[in-house]
Amino acid sequence: MSAVVEFRGIAYSVPRDEGHFAILEDLSFTVEAGETLVLLGRSGSGKTTALKMVNRLIAPTAGEVLVEGTPTALWDPIRLRRRIGYVIQETGLFPHFTVAENIGLVPRLEGWPADRIRARVDELLAQLDLAPGEFAGRYPRELSGGQRQRVGVARALAADPPVLLFDEPFGALDPVTRLEVQRQFVALRKRLSKTAIFVTHDVREALMLATRIGLMRAGRLETLTTPQEFLQARSAEARAFLACLDWKLENDRESDAQRPVQ
Amino acid sequence: MPNGLFSEIASLTLEHLELVVVAMLIAAAIAIPTGIFLTRRAGMRGWVLGFANVLQTIPSLALFGFLIPVPLIGGIGRRTAIVALVLYALLPVLRNTMVGILGVDGAVRESAVAMGMTGRQVLWEVELPLAMRTILAGVRVATVTTIGTATIAAAIGGGGLGVFIFRGISTVDTAQILAGAIPAAAIALAADEGLGWLERKLSPV
Repeated sequence: MSAVVEFRGIAYSVPRDEGHFAILEDLSFTVEAGETLVLLGRSGSGKTTALKMVNRLIAPTAGEVLVEGTPTALWDPIRLRRRIGYVIQETGLFPHFTVAENIGLVPRLEGWPADRIRARVDELLAQLDLAPGEFAGRYPRELSGGQRQRVGVARALAADPPVLLFDEPFGALDPVTRLEVQRQFVALRKRLSKTAIFVTHDVREALMLATRIGLMRAGRLETLTTPQEFLQARSAEARAFLACLDWKLENDRESDAQRPVQ
Repeated sequence: MPNGLFSEIASLTLEHLELVVVAMLIAAAIAIPTGIFLTRRAGMRGWVLGFANVLQTIPSLALFGFLIPVPLIGGIGRRTAIVALVLYALLPVLRNTMVGILGVDGAVRESAVAMGMTGRQVLWEVELPLAMRTILAGVRVATVTTIGTATIAAAIGGGGLGVFIFRGISTVDTAQILAGAIPAAAIALAADEGLGWLERKLSPV
């Protein structure tokens, strides 16, 4: 296996009150080809900031991020970003583009011929269980939340990028829809073998999707483990996240005690 | 009514339209690019908007008067009138251009950048189409105001329907005043309708 993405001594701080406020400190890890690395952490732990360094939406204050062996600072940002799919919670679908135009965006920027783009769009819609005939001509506002997210995933996959970034893509969905889309994600990943970095604060989602889980706390990577190892983790932060899973069980056991949810 | 009056209404209406169209084209050509530029330079926004605001507060008759002694753009006649109208029309177009572009959903803009669109592509394919409705609303407001303000152009020899109005005032002739005021109001209403239609037509969402 080879590292597709590598963080080397990344730090990021912003000026605040005559000083600097550190958002990320001493962050180093590698993402191997074909794996789904989930960055798990609370709000403000720096996971989204770290993610945005891969496609250089944010540049680090210190250290470097390597994509396919080359520091992002040396990549042409446009070329870099077209090789990296990006899916966010708010979808960021263009409201004035149809579903087909949204999905076909990067292929069009890359100069694919129109019939190849159309074929690719239909293929992706079908892969994500959206009937091409029904959905290609719709506008994002005419879709449900789950459908919008799937179109967002299709758009990220369109030009077949080797790397995919996900920033809590399913966070705004209702639990039932979320589970559907997560299952679809797992099935899709098995078929496509993409390298992915996935940011979430949902431990259940992390365990379901990850090949490895990076637990972040206050701008640092606490642990980097397989999901199985994570279940046995002893650190306070890991226990705090795992408590979210057990809460129902523990509550049943100690029905008199109200356990705080962390 | 005599035929002479009709043909004078027609020719002054044309003159009036010309003043407005030329002034609005120049104003849009200045204000839209400036507005776009200011969305990229937060630090300069206050200064430029403040300047445009001050221009707007100068009483229109005074502004026309101030411009007469100014070299190159001043003097008596149409050119001076157009300069004054342009100065008035700048603010609404400038402000709406900025508001429209800055109002584009941050997630949409971030996605556009993250998809690997160039700065130019983000502007032309995402920001401008999504801001179009707001920008056109600014153009519409400025146009309707300019049609009214253009009647003052006659005071400095700029022609247009104001010729009737000023003549009517000095000869205490209501018919003359109406001959200027009614067509001006009609143009303003038509422009409001027409540009409103264009706004809806070009609005992408």
